[in-house]
Amino acid sequence: MSKSNFTRRGVLKTGALAGAGLTLPTYLRAQDSGFTNAPTGDSVTLGFNVPQTGPYADEGADELRAYELAVEHLNGGGDGGMLNTFSSKVLDGTGIMGKRVDYVTGDTQTKSDAARASARSMIEKDGAVMITGGSSSGVAVAVQALCQEAGVIFMAGLTHSNDTTGKDRKANGFRHFFNSYMSGAALAPVLANAYGTDRKAYHLTADYNWGYTTEEAVRSSTEAMGWETVNAVKTPLTQTDFSSYIAPVLNSGADVLVLNHYGGNMVNSLTNAVQFGLRDAMANGKNFEIVVPLYSRLMARGAGANVKGIYGSTNWHWSLQDEGSQAFVRSFGEKYGFPPSQAAHTCYVQTLLYADAVTRAGSFAPCAVAEALEGYEFDGLGNGPTLYRAEDHQCFKDVLVVRGKENPQSEFDLLEIVEVTPVEQVTYAPDHPQMGGAAATLGTCNNGA
Amino acid sequence: MDQIIVQILNGLDKGSAYALIALGLTLIFGTLGVVNFAHGALFMLGSFCAVIMSRILSASHTVIDETRTDFLGNPLKVDVPYVYDWFGEAAGQTIIDWAVPISILFAIPVMIGVGFIMERGLIKHFYKRPHADQILVTFGLAIVLQEVIKYFFGANPIQTPAPEAFTGSLDFGVWLGFDPLTIMYPYWRLVYFLFAALIIAAVFAFLQFTTFGMVVRAGMADRETVGILGIDIDKRFTLMFGIAAAVAGLAGVMYAPIVAPNYHMGMDFLVLSFVVVVVGGMGSLPGAVAAGFLLGILESFASMPWMVDKLPGINQIIIYLVAIIILLTRPRGLMGRKGVMED
Repeated sequence: MSKSNFTRRGVLKTGALAGAGLTLPTYLRAQDSGFTNAPTGDSVTLGFNVPQTGPYADEGADELRAYELAVEHLNGGGDGGMLNTFSSKVLDGTGIMGKRVDYVTGDTQTKSDAARASARSMIEKDGAVMITGGSSSGVAVAVQALCQEAGVIFMAGLTHSNDTTGKDRKANGFRHFFNSYMSGAALAPVLANAYGTDRKAYHLTADYNWGYTTEEAVRSSTEAMGWETVNAVKTPLTQTDFSSYIAPVLNSGADVLVLNHYGGNMVNSLTNAVQFGLRDAMANGKNFEIVVPLYSRLMARGAGANVKGIYGSTNWHWSLQDEGSQAFVRSFGEKYGFPPSQAAHTCYVQTLLYADAVTRAGSFAPCAVAEALEGYEFDGLGNGPTLYRAEDHQCFKDVLVVRGKENPQSEFDLLEIVEVTPVEQVTYAPDHPQMGGAAATLGTCNNGA
Repeated sequence: MDQIIVQILNGLDKGSAYALIALGLTLIFGTLGVVNFAHGALFMLGSFCAVIMSRILSASHTVIDETRTDFLGNPLKVDVPYVYDWFGEAAGQTIIDWAVPISILFAIPVMIGVGFIMERGLIKHFYKRPHADQILVTFGLAIVLQEVIKYFFGANPIQTPAPEAFTGSLDFGVWLGFDPLTIMYPYWRLVYFLFAALIIAAVFAFLQFTTFGMVVRAGMADRETVGILGIDIDKRFTLMFGIAAAVAGLAGVMYAPIVAPNYHMGMDFLVLSFVVVVVGGMGSLPGAVAAGFLLGILESFASMPWMVDKLPGINQIIIYLVAIIILLTRPRGLMGRKGVMED
């Protein structure tokens, strides 16, 4: 004979409580259990997955410096940096939700398979509750997909391809850095203003994911301004001498060369272009011009005097005068002796944003954190008012158009800000064709175990 | 027509680098019988000799400029090169500007020394081991060398410009009756080609017209007999290793303004240089030089936009494609000698 404990009153009570719970936002009902690597002790482990070897190792080293600085500030060390200027005030220097922040590092080697292996190791062996970093879009897309499967949050580092928050967007992935579309939208009006609307462009494009989306973005933006694209040539990622690609440019009918290259590719292709006299040449009765859509200070240092006068775009620059940027530059500069790069900035900011979202959600559960980040508006982190858009997990903020400085005052003073393009000008619909169209979706948030 | 001339010119400087590296590889293989996979690293070390010399000449002391501030708002620390103090600003600037050509004087002894240490310290222990072992140990050495360079100089390319006098381009087309700006060729690439031709001629003259060279050639042809005659051929071969290292190093020094030196550049050239050696014919010095220029020019042609449009990816496989065709039709390569690598 069996006896049931169910009563009509009990079922009604339970049902009412469950219904109320389900109507609350996820982060208000999240529990610190039932998700991958739920922190149990007095510390929480974050995974910093950066290129420590390979062609982007310098960017990776700067990213790691920024992460270490962020951890120091979150744990109450140093001068607090951007914690003092961040519009959200929930972070108080006692770690994240009272837990001391520890970290483990991995080496992506700027290779997707190596990056996935190191991220997997940090999640499975080291118990990392969040993975962040990367200095290449191929790596970011691959690691983001892994984090989605594993049920941890991925806070992307330097990744500029549209695909990261476009066709390959994921519910567990978030990007603070700007993207190819934004570069094109910000650059085109400045270029039209500087060089006119009757221009013929020749694109040299790195033959991989980021190169394609950057070429597409710059082409469509400049063509909308009246420019014509006379040719677009893919160049192997491993190319070091671009002379064979540069030599035909002058006789192609083009009067602008767009170098959709990054890192070592950009340093070498720009150097070759200058050597072949393109900067001094005339074409179609106009001065021949060169454009580099994505600039970085580390890259500009590599290209030396060749960057002078050349336009490009960047996510952030240490010379910005807002309170947040100045606080970050001061913290970073005093600790390391030189100003931070844009890669360092975005990684530092992503760490703070994650910590802030966890604290506001009251939980480390990925879905609670994701919900806290979605649609979140913040300020004081160096880019002005910023929105983490819910539909694609992309940050929307002002974009900097920069130019190689003619008379640098120091070895860091290589780029000058020409224009701060307002966010409205670089905002696009979540289902924009360049972002994967209507087919691109975030999918479902995954809490993992 | 103008595009064909442009690509031939482009191929010449790339071919010059291939030829110089392949020449060194062939010298080492011909004398010591060693397949040296660290030869690309020697090219890379040469280019970093230019970087090091550039930094030595730019060595500075700091002067505080109270009128300007740094990124933290502190008084700006301005670096003043010592050569400005010693020779005046104008002369000092010229010395720094000419860092790359001056590096040649620095690179020759350094690279001979590196070659000597490599041969005596490591490679001589592998003479009697199979080629596979030699390849493994020299490849490992190449990785060690590039990691050492990355540790000290970072992973990003380091801009090492040519002297101001050689920046810009020669309007080559005007000489041939084309319109102005039709065929442009950077001055430094022209210098590189002439420099490579000079080095190649010097190596050939050294082997052909000196007693030392004669003994080395005899040793390459029949090492045992030369030894029986009482000549210590090993010492001469060790020196040849040093010379081969210097040739690769000089190729790297002068290439620094063309492609900014980075720790990985040796590997980029290594595989192609081996293809050049095989196509030219194992052990054949003229073959290595001829194949270097031939493959350099072919690679340039394959990178022309209309070619890539018609045959996507052809620029990345052309050298290997040609190598297959040549080896199928001439198994010993263009100028290969009978008996080399055939036992």
